[in-house]
Amino acid sequence: MSQSYDRGLVEDFGRWREFSAGMWAWIFHKFTGWVLIGYLFTHIAVLSTATVGTTAYTNTISGLESLLVVRFLEVGLLAVAVFHILNGLRLLFVDLGVGLEAQDKSFYASLVLTGAIVVASVPTFLAGAI
Amino acid sequence: MADYYSSFDPKGSRWMLQRLTAAFLVVVLAFHFMLLHFVNHAADVTFMQTHLRMQQPGYFLTMVAFLVTATFHGVNGVYNALVNQGLDGTPKTVVKYGLVLASLLLIAQGIRVAMAMAGFIIGPAA
Repeated sequence: MSQSYDRGLVEDFGRWREFSAGMWAWIFHKFTGWVLIGYLFTHIAVLSTATVGTTAYTNTISGLESLLVVRFLEVGLLAVAVFHILNGLRLLFVDLGVGLEAQDKSFYASLVLTGAIVVASVPTFLAGAI
Repeated sequence: MADYYSSFDPKGSRWMLQRLTAAFLVVVLAFHFMLLHFVNHAADVTFMQTHLRMQQPGYFLTMVAFLVTATFHGVNGVYNALVNQGLDGTPKTVVKYGLVLASLLLIAQGIRVAMAMAGFIIGPAA
């Protein structure tokens, strides 16, 4: 049996200081989702150089990867993707009726785990660019 | 406190597809990141490496399924977010068909790119 409760409007961002963990999770999931779909369109546009020729493709990838700013953007993309995956798993479990009573703790766990994975991945992502 | 609580009430096929694609994408997105940033480094990617991967039918089909599910999940998520923000009436219809068109174009171009990578179609300049 579903039951809703009044937590106020998350869309009313002016009262962000009153937001609960679940509301922040909702905002972060939306934000990371917008970034990921934006990136998907960009990604296909870059990979489309494969339709031009083999050299164009290889040169475009290596040219982009030689830019330090691109490496940092990739670290940002990793952070966004990892959080969206972990929080998405949390949402799937909640939708299955599992772990609702710990939904705030699982949000904090998603954040901590995202941070740990991203920090541990920085050397791999920046290798050869610094 | 209710015995069971969900933040969503099931609302038909789009609701279910959003969750089914999520379950698929969790696995494939993690695999994609692992393969192209940790097993192989993005900076070392060449067309030949990509070509060898995309020649494998299982990998090719997984990547096409990745493209289709990610496009549906992402664009449906954007549409839901906009409706949630109050999008309604004619703007809602325009946005809906605009997103459907953008999705179809993205999937068509993505499959074209995948076929070029696999060597099914040859670019004008090798």
